[in-house]
Amino acid sequence: MTDESIYQEIILDHYKHPHHRGLREPFEAEVRHLNPTCGDEITLRVHLTGRTVEDVSYDGEGCSISQASASVMTDLLIGKTVDDALSIHDEFLRLMHSRGELEPDEDVLEDAVAFRGVSRLTARVKCALLAWMAWKDAVSQASGTAGDTGAGATSEGAA
Amino acid sequence: MSLDVARVRKDFPILDREVRPGVPLVYLDNAATSQKPTQVLDALRDYYELHNANVHRGIHTLAEEATALYEGARDKVAAFVNAADRREIVFTKNSSEALNLLSYVLPLGPGDEVVVTEMEHHSNLVPWQLACTRTGATLKWIGLTDDGRLDLADLDRVVTKRTKVVAFVHQSNLLGTVNPVDVVAAKARSVGAYVVLDASQSVPHMGVDVQALDVDFVAFTGHKMCGPTGIGVLWGRADLLEQLPPFLGGGEMIDEVTMAGSTWAALPHKYEAGTPPIAQAVGLGAAVDYLTDLGMDNVRAHEHELTAYALNALQQVDGLRIIGPTTNDERGGAISFALQGIHPHDVGQLLDERGIAVRVGHHCARPACLRYGVPATTRASVHLYSTTADIDALVTGLDHVRRFFT
Repeated sequence: MTDESIYQEIILDHYKHPHHRGLREPFEAEVRHLNPTCGDEITLRVHLTGRTVEDVSYDGEGCSISQASASVMTDLLIGKTVDDALSIHDEFLRLMHSRGELEPDEDVLEDAVAFRGVSRLTARVKCALLAWMAWKDAVSQASGTAGDTGAGATSEGAA
Repeated sequence: MSLDVARVRKDFPILDREVRPGVPLVYLDNAATSQKPTQVLDALRDYYELHNANVHRGIHTLAEEATALYEGARDKVAAFVNAADRREIVFTKNSSEALNLLSYVLPLGPGDEVVVTEMEHHSNLVPWQLACTRTGATLKWIGLTDDGRLDLADLDRVVTKRTKVVAFVHQSNLLGTVNPVDVVAAKARSVGAYVVLDASQSVPHMGVDVQALDVDFVAFTGHKMCGPTGIGVLWGRADLLEQLPPFLGGGEMIDEVTMAGSTWAALPHKYEAGTPPIAQAVGLGAAVDYLTDLGMDNVRAHEHELTAYALNALQQVDGLRIIGPTTNDERGGAISFALQGIHPHDVGQLLDERGIAVRVGHHCARPACLRYGVPATTRASVHLYSTTADIDALVTGLDHVRRFFT
């Protein structure tokens, strides 16, 4: 592969050996998101304990980018507070909308920096964002049903 | 005389470009759109550089020239599909607009039924869904067999006395299947239904004679037949088009206008409201000249041979499953396939890294994808300038894709 390739080793590793895959109990919200242009789909559950993202579990099918992105995301978000997780989410969105121009913060995004190359390909950005959009949706629903008091967790309309 | 493909390729400048340094283009996305020969590009440039004016109005020289070129393109298209009368050729924006036009003007009401097939492109499905919602008619469809053909056993059950329109595709953009127009049309005729044929994928690849087909309406699009985007064609029987109401209203399509009401222009102008795509029509005329010079029988023979080569070569690839007919009879050169365990997006992306352009996704034929249990496919599709070297590059590319992901 060339340096230009979007298929970085990190992405291929997560695709071939996904982390946290499979739907688990308990959960407060489950969502199903689709990418209608390519048929990628993900079902994703969020389990919150107070203000902590206790678990994110998922199942679905799709291209290597969408699957690897879900795996990387769960590594990053599980165990974080909802607020921290949301700011990581926002940072990833910024990267994916940067058309390769942004130098990603590896301290915040860890393995997710590997998706920088994907951000150059507008047709694939949606693949990388599928799980993240699903997570945002689910965490927003879970925060609502849990009667969570935390401001910000239900913020609407980002990205 | 057969097609001199090496010479043909010289007419298409884009085929010489590199996708990135050292990586030449291998263009196998012809079912999405074809490339354009110099002859078409020159016609567009000449039109704008020398003759540009609005048509059918004004008495100055440029207006006369532009009108003659625009109407001359209509004559060329009429001859190309053997229309009985040039007034039967209506220029539209594309096939979708032609089919939407029909879905608005054909009379439908509660209790009426429209019949399509499960292999329709969304452009010959969604307009009829909308028409049924609008009018209270019911949509029915002919299913597909496991090997990618119309399930003609369905025909007698689906097409009934209530059927008012039977609209179906000549050659499937997803499966490559060429449908038996005579069989479906005869059944439609027997119940007195209008027969609409989506010929977007057939007119560019085989000689199509609209009179021989015994259908009422045929839709096709310029950009898939070496012409520009923005120009499509509706052919319809003159006696029917004369009776049916207009579609879009505006300039050009009227005879007499008062504040109280209007009367309609004669065919074909009744269906061409507003300034038409003039340069695009001229470009399409040049494309038709180009194809006519090569001979559509030669084009068909070349693509048929290449499709046989591709079907054979692709079936040697481990884990590859063709979605659609695996044999080369009644089949065109659009070949969809699934590669075991690898998503089409990844296939398409890795092929692109090698300069190979294919289409991935549901190809605007999602119901047919669902029918075959795949969310999406990879599709390679050939045209008159495609070669066995293109197919070889594809097969080598697919082997590389498989190794990469296993």
